[in-house]
Amino acid sequence: MFANFGPNMLKVLGRYWGLFLQGAGITLLLSAITVFFGAILGSLLAFMRRSRLKPVSGFALSYVELIRGTPLLLQLYLITFLLPELLPMLNLSKFASVTVALVLNSAAYVCEIVRAGIQAVDPGQTEAARTLGLSARQTMVRIVLPQAVKNILPALGNEFVTVIKETSLASTFFVGDLMTVYKTAQGATFTVIEPFLIVGVIYFVLTFSLSKLITTFERRLKASD
Amino acid sequence: MIETRNLTKDFGSLQVLRGISETIQDGEVISIIGPSGSGKSTFLRCLNLLEVPTSGQVIFDGVSLTDKGVDINAYRQRMGMVFQHFNVFPHLTVRENITLAPVLLKKRAQKEADRFADELLARVGLLDKATEHPRRLSGGQKQRLAIVRALAMEPEVMLFDEPTSALDPEMVGEVLQVIKTLVKAGMTCIIVTHEMGFAREVSTRVLFMDEGRIEEQGSPEQLFTSPTSPRTQAFLGKVLR
Repeated sequence: MFANFGPNMLKVLGRYWGLFLQGAGITLLLSAITVFFGAILGSLLAFMRRSRLKPVSGFALSYVELIRGTPLLLQLYLITFLLPELLPMLNLSKFASVTVALVLNSAAYVCEIVRAGIQAVDPGQTEAARTLGLSARQTMVRIVLPQAVKNILPALGNEFVTVIKETSLASTFFVGDLMTVYKTAQGATFTVIEPFLIVGVIYFVLTFSLSKLITTFERRLKASD
Repeated sequence: MIETRNLTKDFGSLQVLRGISETIQDGEVISIIGPSGSGKSTFLRCLNLLEVPTSGQVIFDGVSLTDKGVDINAYRQRMGMVFQHFNVFPHLTVRENITLAPVLLKKRAQKEADRFADELLARVGLLDKATEHPRRLSGGQKQRLAIVRALAMEPEVMLFDEPTSALDPEMVGEVLQVIKTLVKAGMTCIIVTHEMGFAREVSTRVLFMDEGRIEEQGSPEQLFTSPTSPRTQAFLGKVLR
């Protein structure tokens, strides 16, 4: 098995390097879309959770707990099978359904990130703003959010890293992401270890460089505090 | 100017204020002293409804602030407040800290607000810091900034919640000096403090609080030299030595 490692590696890379790159691209794209819309939906959920209306905050809370309490793979199955049934007129592609599922999942985690980011702002800041006469909304927009963003952005970056890894589950539905390419290459060449290693290295390079980027960014934010 | 009627505040099963009825007149300088946990800060925070009273009323300028339909934000603009931990806004420059509320709430033009801010900053010796962020300020400077931030709204009364308790000893003086200047200018002040010498010097009236009640009150002269209540005597015996 290991005798052929070198030649196999060359064979797989030589034949599929384009696909691997494309897979990496799709994985990044899928992750970016997920985090972007997840951030919007998650922020919305975070504000719903802070609502004084019980049904609103209750809904957000249940949503977050439900999503976080069930496996992503199950959610992927459920959405990709359910969504086309429920909304046949949309004629959703596999890719779209999978994206929706990933967004719905990520939103729950982003909700907690945003909530924690807001909560981490010293309550004294709110008190000072309110005593000046600012309304709750003005206080949120002018005082709390600008400070919360500094807590939220780095955590959102980490969510991006997590999502990059989680999108590998989307390969269950052959959406062309990096893990799908692994399956293709593995099936066509009857090699297991080599494509695994290649895909692993690509995933690691993606997440590691992103993590480093976030750390640098975080240090900059801290410096401006 | 400010009146409380039978004000109570509970935190869960803990009764922090047990019925306080007190009237504060325009131009008075009130110091509130007492042991920790006696309800001094809570009483102060009830005056602008930062703490919502459990029962009783806070009446400001003839209006009961706890009534439904009262726009508390409008009344808070007329009551400045200074906190123990300064609570200056770290994401804004020193000048922006001061102009934010007047521009937003009093619809002042930014230029005009800037000019007033600089005038206030000059008064407390911080004009050269106008474009800095608060992280570059010392504790004493932050507190002076917090005071002029409140003054920029041109309040009718200033509430001070232990304004020097979080300061290094060498910075206490500079902050007290600013408050003294305010008092001399005729500002109505309510000051929760542990600085007995200061309370004695600037107050027109001193309230001694203990266990959620005003145990004793009087002129600084009378309260500090010949307190009648044994609790006041015990407290002052511990802090004045």
